[in-house]
Amino acid sequence: MFRFILNRFGQSIILMFIVTVITFFLINLAPGGPTGVMRMDASPEERQAIVERLGLDEPVLVRYVQWVGNAVQGDLGTSFNSSEAVVDRIADRLPYTIELTVFTIIFSVIAGIILGVISALKRGKAADHVINFSSVIGLSVPSFWLGLMLILLFSVELGWLPSSGVGPRGADFDFAGWASHLAMPVLILSTTVLPNIVRFTRSSMLEVLSQNYIRTARSKGAKEFIVLYVHSLRNALIPIISIIGVLIPRLLSGAVITEAIFGWTGIGTLIIEAANGRDYPLIMGITVVITLVVIVSNLLVDIIYSQVDPRVKNMA
Amino acid sequence: MLKVENLVTGYRGKEGFVRAVDGVSFDIKKGETVCIVGESGSGKSVTSMSVMRLVEFENGEIISGSIEYMGEELTTKSNEEMRKIRGAEISMIFQEPLTALNPVFTVGKQIVEAIRYHQPLNKKQAMDRAQELLEMVGLSEPKTRLKQYPHELSGGMRQRVMIAIALASEPKLLIADEPTTALDVTIEAQILDLLRKLREEEEMSIMLVTHDIGVAAELSHRIIIMYAGKIMEIAESKELFEQPHHPYTKGLLESVPKMSGERGELLPTIEGTIPGLDQMPEGCRFAPRCEFATKKCHEENPPLESKRGRQVACWHVEEFLKSEEHHFSRKEDSIEVK
Repeated sequence: MFRFILNRFGQSIILMFIVTVITFFLINLAPGGPTGVMRMDASPEERQAIVERLGLDEPVLVRYVQWVGNAVQGDLGTSFNSSEAVVDRIADRLPYTIELTVFTIIFSVIAGIILGVISALKRGKAADHVINFSSVIGLSVPSFWLGLMLILLFSVELGWLPSSGVGPRGADFDFAGWASHLAMPVLILSTTVLPNIVRFTRSSMLEVLSQNYIRTARSKGAKEFIVLYVHSLRNALIPIISIIGVLIPRLLSGAVITEAIFGWTGIGTLIIEAANGRDYPLIMGITVVITLVVIVSNLLVDIIYSQVDPRVKNMA
Repeated sequence: MLKVENLVTGYRGKEGFVRAVDGVSFDIKKGETVCIVGESGSGKSVTSMSVMRLVEFENGEIISGSIEYMGEELTTKSNEEMRKIRGAEISMIFQEPLTALNPVFTVGKQIVEAIRYHQPLNKKQAMDRAQELLEMVGLSEPKTRLKQYPHELSGGMRQRVMIAIALASEPKLLIADEPTTALDVTIEAQILDLLRKLREEEEMSIMLVTHDIGVAAELSHRIIIMYAGKIMEIAESKELFEQPHHPYTKGLLESVPKMSGERGELLPTIEGTIPGLDQMPEGCRFAPRCEFATKKCHEENPPLESKRGRQVACWHVEEFLKSEEHHFSRKEDSIEVK
């Protein structure tokens, strides 16, 4: 296990290097710069002064090396637009995104497995068709449109749920307010992963149900409930764990859109802000953090996988 | 103890209903080992799955006929009633020891489970019983084995575990569906020895399903020859080897390699292949491959009747036996029966 984690750590460093190089050079290649978003009446001299102050007159390669030098010491620089430390700006917002994505994963996994199992057990029946059809709809309808429709329905027409914001926090925190603010964003963000989990569970379950050991379980005199939910589901869940690892990056990119629709002040809205303002250090900082989140969550998924499947346990 | 009458089992498919087992009747007495022999596709596995009423879980259906076990009709029992019989009264071991055990549970858990479905033991007692069972089926270090997962065991060991599971509640009838097909010959011999030993110790009846007439010769008191969903011949195994009464049985016996044959001599085979479920011939199913077939064979299906002291389904038993006497010399090569 220790070797496995060490190995993963090595891979992660390489991955982090590739991601930051690509992002760093891409944002510098993009037209415009921090000065591009200044007021129209700023003189060329003023613009030049800012470029020099921010050190943007240095070659890209030199700036990258400088950035890496600082980053490895935990200093991700200062935001161009707010003069706050990038680390602080991210730390302010990250908990909200984690909250949103964690609840989305929990909801999607539970709902996805339940729906997938129903779909598999009722194969070819009406319930299966309804679930399959809904999955396709969920996958193909853009989440921003679906989000706006939900706001129209639940906030404007029915007035049941607030249309935006993260709800009362800190001293004013109350559960009902928090849950009502979280409901729609979680639902919308789920559409990016839930259909995959449903369909994957369905096929995984169907495959397991045709396995010989299921016949063995029945031949022993196992109750049908145990055959389905102990012998089958336990095996069907193993590949689902790995698909969750694959879905995490998609969830994070989905969070950008979802947060924008619902005014959820997480990393997603921050990255839009950073990109629009050409806030290079902030963009880089968020990239690093998101990459880290993906690496760590995939590592967790692999560790869970090795614990659930005894055939992998020995290898890890 | 087990009496199967006119069993018809089949599968509903796109082209309507196909009969995998078509009007099969036989019985198994207490302590008797009966072997069902046939090529793949002959319906022998479907017959055994029908007795366990497991076909229903694999899209199959028992259409008609009766399966009577200890005077009780099994075909009309509910799944819950069947569940109490499966593993307790009638147990089954399968062809695929590598995949028949659940990969995510330890061997111990899987045996304990089988014990506790039918016996009022707590986990500790069941675990002790599981260890006993593993000793009984001849696994070394039973205590360690209990904690191992199936992938840590070899094919032969896994089949022993399967046998331990099957014997957990001391069943009166053990159905073994090709128990040694996936194993090496040496392991095969060991497993057959084990079955022979257990049969005597536990006084159980065995229904052994196999395509290998050699395996049947090793173990069985009586042999049922199946072809394309129908029984061709039923005979005491010694008699069957001495004098087959059905051309198909003869073909099967001849296609077994013999030590006494001439080097370079071609092994006799039965021409043609078993018909698919959806293209069963009218009349005798074996007629298209049979050298004795006449017009009648192609038109009318011969019933399974007692002829010359055994049950045969053939219109031309007399002609067949006469031609056999003609080739009497060949019989010296017949397989030795243990």
